[in-house]
Amino acid sequence: MIIERLPQLYGTKGWLVIAAFLALVCVLMPALYLAVPEDSPFHVPAWLITLLGKIMCYALVALAMDLVWGYAGILSLGHGLFFSLGGYALGMYLMRMIGREGESGSDLPDFMVFLDWKELPWYWAGTDQFWYCALLIVLAPGLLALVFGYFAFRSRIKGVYFSIITQALTFAAMLLFFRNDTGFGGNNGFTDFKRILGFSLADPATKTALFIASGVTLILALLLCRYIVTSKLGRVLTAIRDAESRVRFCGYNPVPYKLFAWTLSAMLCGIAGALYVPQVGIINPSEMSPANSIEIAIWTAVGGRGTLVGPILGAALVNGAKSWFTVALPEYWLYFLGLLFVLVTLFLPQGVMGLAQRMRSKRNT
Amino acid sequence: MKHLCRYCIATLFAVWLGNAHALDATALQNLATGDNDARITAIEALAAAGDVAALPVLRALQDGALQATPAGRLLIVTETGVTDAVTNQPLASAPADAARITINNRVRRALDAALAAFKLFSPDSAKRLEAAQQLGEGDPVLLPLVQKALTDEKDSAVRAALELAQSGMALQSDDPQQRLAAVQTLGNSAQEATKTRLLVLLEKDGAGQFAEPDAKVRVAAKKAIAAIEQRLKTAEYAGHVFTGISLGSILLLAALGLAIVYGLMGVINMAHGELLMIGAYATYVVQNLFKTHLPQYLDFYLVAAVPVAFGVAALVGMALERGVIRHLYGRPLETLLATWGISLILIQFMRTVFGAQNVEVANPSWMTGGVTVLGSLVLPYNRIVIIVFAMLVLCLVWLALTRTRLGLHVRAVTQNRSMADCMGVPTGRTDMLAFGLGAGVAGLGGCALSQIGNVGPELGQGYIVDSFMVVVLGGVGQIAGTVYAALGLGVLNKFLEPYWGAVLAKIMLLVFIILFIQKRPQGLFAVKGRTVEG
Repeated sequence: MIIERLPQLYGTKGWLVIAAFLALVCVLMPALYLAVPEDSPFHVPAWLITLLGKIMCYALVALAMDLVWGYAGILSLGHGLFFSLGGYALGMYLMRMIGREGESGSDLPDFMVFLDWKELPWYWAGTDQFWYCALLIVLAPGLLALVFGYFAFRSRIKGVYFSIITQALTFAAMLLFFRNDTGFGGNNGFTDFKRILGFSLADPATKTALFIASGVTLILALLLCRYIVTSKLGRVLTAIRDAESRVRFCGYNPVPYKLFAWTLSAMLCGIAGALYVPQVGIINPSEMSPANSIEIAIWTAVGGRGTLVGPILGAALVNGAKSWFTVALPEYWLYFLGLLFVLVTLFLPQGVMGLAQRMRSKRNT
Repeated sequence: MKHLCRYCIATLFAVWLGNAHALDATALQNLATGDNDARITAIEALAAAGDVAALPVLRALQDGALQATPAGRLLIVTETGVTDAVTNQPLASAPADAARITINNRVRRALDAALAAFKLFSPDSAKRLEAAQQLGEGDPVLLPLVQKALTDEKDSAVRAALELAQSGMALQSDDPQQRLAAVQTLGNSAQEATKTRLLVLLEKDGAGQFAEPDAKVRVAAKKAIAAIEQRLKTAEYAGHVFTGISLGSILLLAALGLAIVYGLMGVINMAHGELLMIGAYATYVVQNLFKTHLPQYLDFYLVAAVPVAFGVAALVGMALERGVIRHLYGRPLETLLATWGISLILIQFMRTVFGAQNVEVANPSWMTGGVTVLGSLVLPYNRIVIIVFAMLVLCLVWLALTRTRLGLHVRAVTQNRSMADCMGVPTGRTDMLAFGLGAGVAGLGGCALSQIGNVGPELGQGYIVDSFMVVVLGGVGQIAGTVYAALGLGVLNKFLEPYWGAVLAKIMLLVFIILFIQKRPQGLFAVKGRTVEG
């Protein structure tokens, strides 16, 4: 049945775009980066690969956000927490893989040596195994989201109430991770990674592999989300978004539907965080700051909620603008971001996708 | 009272200075020619006599300016000239056989204690208090001096410290009766230092002998320690309650406006923290204006800053409502994002105008210092003022909501917007004015915050999560919920802090709130009604 429905997810044009994107990410960019000599005007520099890889991770987060906000009407201001948890889960593995090459030359991660710890805390057990950490990447954010969501949805917390409680959640987690005693490196977090699965992170081939992995994961996640929102479950989710009480009166219990979307979204964020950390080379608690999580919402809003492709576009646009602003006009970035929040909500409630649609329909009439 | 006291001391000083030549001759002789032990005895004797005339001699000894001839004549040799230490007459030059008196550390210690004792007669009560506290473990030979100071002392804080010092010295007496009395007096203290002092009595030395030989005194000491511990605990609890209420009143000022607006329009204003910041910066600007234009009234700048902070924040709030929030009715989630954008713009704007660094807002002089209660607990004046101020603001907001036409409209719209609209309530105007009121209260909160914390562009960010939690916990539509939630969270936070540390305490509170709303999703106090949303 899944195989049957797969081709129906997008029309011919949509599949062509996806194929073009995959060709770009998997073939063209790596070729231009690895094979073209550095003095050629067609050479893609390493920083661009890292930047684009990073943006694709953000796009994955925006996609996950769209699943809960665009389709279930749940605005989360805590998605940065799930993203960071995934990042920390892989970070633990990367820290163990440094081995004795750290500054302290000890088996323990450097920050533990500086704290004068003699052995790994119990929750670090098994983190030298990649498969275990890969499991943690989805399970840690997933379980947290499941427990938190169960309690929140069960007592029918919704709307802005839910939003500010998720904000409090990520704020609390940030405070917790800032503590040295928590065992995750305090405010420095994890950094100075050396290798992943035996491959050096400084090697261009590894970078390319991570880049391709980000792109492929993004497309797979897009297809998964598209599959869900076009299914019957997706219809119920949309109904809950538009009139939750009415759905309840029709005999549906909204809790499991919301909980499913919410938990899946958190897991996608965890995967995005895990792809992000080896490319950027650092994870620290400031990723959990409430401001970061709200920024995720604006990526989704700029692209257009409830479109899945829109948020991917939005994440690319906003982060592209951010990279340009922080270099060219650093003082004006916050003005721009602030205005973006105000103007998009006031004048572009459907985002860029909505704008494109409006222009198309105007041309047709 | 203070002035009278100061006058008395000054008079006594004058009388002593009159008898400048009546110093103990043997002590001076010993100081000049004796060995170190003799010198210590001499210093103690001079201090015990309590004669201020000995002060310049001892000071000179401390500074290494005291010289002596083999015949026992004492001279004070400074860069400005030579004086005879006994007669206080200036001399043309020092005698050829005069040599500087060198002292070792033991003598220096005795000297320090003696000089501290002399401070007991300083006209400045703060200095006297310091001296009395220093003497707590002092040598019993200074006892007469303390007693003498006690007979003249009028300041109650200094008196208490002196009495403690007296008992501390009496503890070293050979007479068990005196020691018993001293222990009992010490039992009235509420200070940690006294407790450690009494604990020493109960210690055993290597041979299994108690430091205090008399069993009766030991029993009394145990009782006294228990009493002190009890008092220390009470003071600690009272301290937690006080700082908790102080934190709670700040939270209250921050959350009150938020709760009104949320109850009325169902929107969360993420820029609310920045309204606090605007209030704080308004206070800063007013302070600077006073500094440049009315320096003589600088102490009263707060009186002018309060209405300015209210006005500026209220204006910004109303502009916000008119310009942005009004156009997003029915879309609370988008309102949240838009107001967040506004908060970013406001923060960056303040950075552009005032710089990214914190600016300095000073307490007026009448708000510095504090009042000591229960022996060891200091309640700073600025926090007391803020608590009173918060209560005042609360009363005014309550009056505004229950006794004015605007309040009536606000309550009507909060209960049922469309019905209120049908009855002729101008909902648009009510929204704007209520938003202005909420923003103004936040501005007042910022004015209060500027008195106890740093004022910088990020000021509001630190309070935003906390004030949301107050709204979530307290529920909307009733001020009482916000008040209980703010004070409750404040006090709870301060009680948890010593056991779990500030960070864990905060996390525990957040977890507590999340669990709490399982039980009562609408907060502590929910308005009962039949409306169901969506």
